[in-house]
Amino acid sequence: MREFSWIIPLLPLLSFLVILLFTRENRKLSSAISIGAIAIGFIYAISLLIRQLGDNSEFEMRFAWAVFPTMSLEVGILIDSLTTMMLVVVVTVSMLVQIYSLGYMHGDPRFSRYFAYLSLFTFSMLGLVLANNFFLVFIFWELVGLTSYLLIGFWFEKKSASDAGKKAFITTRIGDMGFIVGILLLSIYAGTLNYREVFAQAAGGVIPTAALSLAGIFIFCGAVGKSAQFPLHVWLPDAMEGPTPVSALIHAATMVAAGVYLVARSMAIYANAPTAGMVVAVIGIITSLLAASIALVQNDIKRILAYSTVSQLGYMIMALGLGSFTAGTLHLMTHAFFKALLFLCAGSVIHAVHTQDIQFMGGLRGKMKITFWAMFIAALSIAGIPPLSGFWSKDEIVTATMGHPVFMVLTLLVAFMTAFYMFRLIFLTFFGTTRDQQAYDHAHESPRSMTLPLQILMVLSICAGWVAIPWLKEGYSMFVYFHEPEAAHPHYLIMLVSSIVALSGIGLAYLMYYKRSISADALAAKFKPLYTTLYNKWYFDEIYDRVIIKPVLALTSGLWTFDNGVIDWVVNFFGKFTIWVSGVKQWFDVHIVDGAVNGLGYTVWSFGALIRQVQTGRVQLYGFFIVFGIVLMLLIKVV
Amino acid sequence: MGFPILSLMIFTPVVGMAVVMMLNKDNFKLIRWVSTGFSIIPLILSLILAAGYDSSTSAMQFVEKASWIPSLSIQYFLGVDGLSVPMLFLTTLLSTISLIVSFNITNRVKEYFAFFLLLEAGMLGVFASLDFFLFYVFWEVMLVPMYFLIGIWGGPRKEYAAIKFFLYTLFGSIFMLVGILILYLSTTPHTLDMMELITKGSAFSHSIQIMVWVFFFVAFAIKVPIFPFHTWLPDAHVEAPTAVSIILAGVLLKMGTYGFLRISYPMLPYGTNYFAYPFAILGLIGIIYGALVSMAQKDLKKLVAYSSVSHMGYCVLGMAVFFIDQKSGQPHITGLAGCYFQMFSHGLITGAMFLLVGVLYDRAHTREIAAFGGLGSKLPVYTAFMSAFAMASLGLPGMSGFVAEFMVFIGSFPKYPVITGLAVIGVVLSAAYILRMVQRMFLGEFNTKWSGLTEINTREIIAVTPLLLLTVALGVYPKPLITMISATLQNIVTQVMR
Repeated sequence: MREFSWIIPLLPLLSFLVILLFTRENRKLSSAISIGAIAIGFIYAISLLIRQLGDNSEFEMRFAWAVFPTMSLEVGILIDSLTTMMLVVVVTVSMLVQIYSLGYMHGDPRFSRYFAYLSLFTFSMLGLVLANNFFLVFIFWELVGLTSYLLIGFWFEKKSASDAGKKAFITTRIGDMGFIVGILLLSIYAGTLNYREVFAQAAGGVIPTAALSLAGIFIFCGAVGKSAQFPLHVWLPDAMEGPTPVSALIHAATMVAAGVYLVARSMAIYANAPTAGMVVAVIGIITSLLAASIALVQNDIKRILAYSTVSQLGYMIMALGLGSFTAGTLHLMTHAFFKALLFLCAGSVIHAVHTQDIQFMGGLRGKMKITFWAMFIAALSIAGIPPLSGFWSKDEIVTATMGHPVFMVLTLLVAFMTAFYMFRLIFLTFFGTTRDQQAYDHAHESPRSMTLPLQILMVLSICAGWVAIPWLKEGYSMFVYFHEPEAAHPHYLIMLVSSIVALSGIGLAYLMYYKRSISADALAAKFKPLYTTLYNKWYFDEIYDRVIIKPVLALTSGLWTFDNGVIDWVVNFFGKFTIWVSGVKQWFDVHIVDGAVNGLGYTVWSFGALIRQVQTGRVQLYGFFIVFGIVLMLLIKVV
Repeated sequence: MGFPILSLMIFTPVVGMAVVMMLNKDNFKLIRWVSTGFSIIPLILSLILAAGYDSSTSAMQFVEKASWIPSLSIQYFLGVDGLSVPMLFLTTLLSTISLIVSFNITNRVKEYFAFFLLLEAGMLGVFASLDFFLFYVFWEVMLVPMYFLIGIWGGPRKEYAAIKFFLYTLFGSIFMLVGILILYLSTTPHTLDMMELITKGSAFSHSIQIMVWVFFFVAFAIKVPIFPFHTWLPDAHVEAPTAVSIILAGVLLKMGTYGFLRISYPMLPYGTNYFAYPFAILGLIGIIYGALVSMAQKDLKKLVAYSSVSHMGYCVLGMAVFFIDQKSGQPHITGLAGCYFQMFSHGLITGAMFLLVGVLYDRAHTREIAAFGGLGSKLPVYTAFMSAFAMASLGLPGMSGFVAEFMVFIGSFPKYPVITGLAVIGVVLSAAYILRMVQRMFLGEFNTKWSGLTEINTREIIAVTPLLLLTVALGVYPKPLITMISATLQNIVTQVMR
């Protein structure tokens, strides 16, 4: 059945085309086609996973796409345990988000188009996961970027939305620039872009380490863009301008995890190029810290979650950079579920109160029971409270930092901050009393199409991580592994420490935002410079604007002036110079050349006129001339 | 000699021109349809040509050869290989589309269509001629209708633009003529047969090769256009009527790159090798400079015109790469193939962009980007087309432009890693200027000033749809085009590496 797995992405592509070309007017049919396509994909992906669990071999299909005498580009699919795991995550979250969107996007005039875009995204994301080489993965990599652009700017009448879409596309493209160079480097040093061939060469030491490190770092640039890592993380918080289900699917669970997937997929490169691996790890932890620190003080519910996503992606990247394939990919999976859930819950809240500012929420616990419980569970999961999903994967990540004390301390610090900002959000949103009566009165639980996906994701946020319980004999790491399967070992001390850290984060949030025994405002006032810096997101946008965007724009208009004023001036100058030369030449012609001709004519004529005087026609005068001549000749002779 | 399909292709538009001249000048409808009909015949012929073309060999096919002026050994010599066949198809396709686009011309209709058919004949002749004299004649024949089409039916500064275009190109042609004469006189017996000159190419002395290469460079670089010979392009485009812009961007620019590949490369291998590195640098400059200047444009048509400079830069960079691979002993054609793919792809994408700019200009009578805003909600179909081509233009995978750019990168990287690495910056810059344009024109709040604008009509959709289908088809499945050009490009690289 693996040879037909291209059907999984193909169906959403067909759905996209059908909706766009034929069923745009029929909202019900459009959404039905889209969800139907993904549902079939879901069943197929689950069967693939079951099949893969039975026989964990690699399967590859490849076709020549463009053939040249010295090289060729291929397309194809590669199925292994990582692929099947990713497929299941992507189709599951896609399907649930699409169902949720039925309710969330209910009144939108561009309802059909929305589903068409979601289908296009699902197609691209599934293609990205299935691809068997760096070239094909880049194609889908760009296509998910396009759908992200389209969906962030879905409500394009809003300037902030269209700005955000543009920013996302251009910022990730900066990373892609590096990705392309990485691919080019591999094409030279490995002579192929096929995953398995490249990795075999990397592992076999065929590629010089320096070249491998360079290629690894450049490819990682792509991941930095797509997975919103420092210093290209700035686009993701703005991407929250898109509809909330889109944020859940694309900007939390799947597309932004593509960078993590790419790094995991290329593990053979980073494992054999320690420098590149260390770069990855350092970028990961910097991002994680930076984003978590910003999330501490934000008030927009979606932005808090966005920074949380950036921070968690940093976690995964760091784990992969430190060589822990299992931790990185496991956290990718559990995070996909609980972060999608968090966003969908946020969407449910926004749907109810029509604001995104948690300062104006409060006390919603009683009014939105399902949403509250779902979000509460998800928050516990991301904070890393046992025995929820997030606990097991975070445990793996902390374990990955063993032997790197700096990383371990910072990882635990991030864990503390995560627990704190998540429960700050929970307490401010659902507990206490409302701070905006009007919004509160209007609040209500969301329709069934929205709460059902919440409940399913809630179950996944609790259980998905259980596959990695270290006491299991055939656990996650025996299925999804790099190189060799390895049995997990429980690290009781780490479990204990990370649980304490998580609980203390929640505890601090409880004291500050539920009990109010520590005043948040007083703290903010006390550490004002730090607070302001965090509140303004470390001023990245402002710095980029001043250091990059403005200078580039100035350069463009400078070059335009140069083009017009110098290059074209030279061209026009030649034209004018030619006209001037021809003017001079005309004067020369008229006055000198013609003058010479006319002058000669005039001279001849005037000489003639003079001579004419003697031609009188009088015979006597002629006779006189003859006599005079003879006398003159004789005289000359004699003398 | 078999069926003279090439002659038929070239001269059908000439016959069409004669027929149009005889029609009643007030019967617009008849003139339009007769002209379109006469342009469809070469289109069908070019498809037959492509179907019958044997891509396994680099030899000239469908050859027609007859003595013309024996005393100067001038021949009527036509033939096609992998370089010509796709260009002939592109020319006939864009000509037909341009004629359909021109249905809204109401001023001096008869002359307009007659000139257009003559223009088509000239272009087809250039891509099929294998005798230098014939080539030069067609090269110049093309200029005349172009001059009048811009000068009569153009915008406010049409005279300036037409004269600038004409003189600039003529300036280049003169260098070409001198180059041709030098080659003619350096062979014994004197010949203008391009195939023969290619065979003798490596025998020309190095100084002659370098000199003639520079002469040809001036002629072709102006056409491409290569920085800094590009400033005629924005002026010509801005003033030209829509259909002429389509032809200008879609076909005329390709004649520059075609000239390099057909003439300079195989005839002057030493010169080509000598100038390869500067050529690559000029390509890089074109890519980056064109994109940056494009970003500063306020006029939509100028933006597209400068984006052409950037896109043709990829052609130049790809063209600068040719070597025999050490490992396999095979000629490395990926760069040249990328160049050629870009030629074809740019013809489709930019042709369509100019078409769409024209659609909007016809309705709004302005092309100022800042004057619009939020058109996406008022003109969804038009916006969809424009966005699709905008994405194609910024090199989105799934569209032909991406295939071309990627081939250029992967082809040129082994030889020029640093230059190629820098050229990749173009990927970000093109995204920036394209998305800025899309945002300012189509996104944001709708500018109610334009509530009278009407959606793109059926005729215009019919004209632009084939271009979209081809752009996507080649982006998804580039193999047919690559197969068609491979043997010829291998032959060219082998000749250059003699």
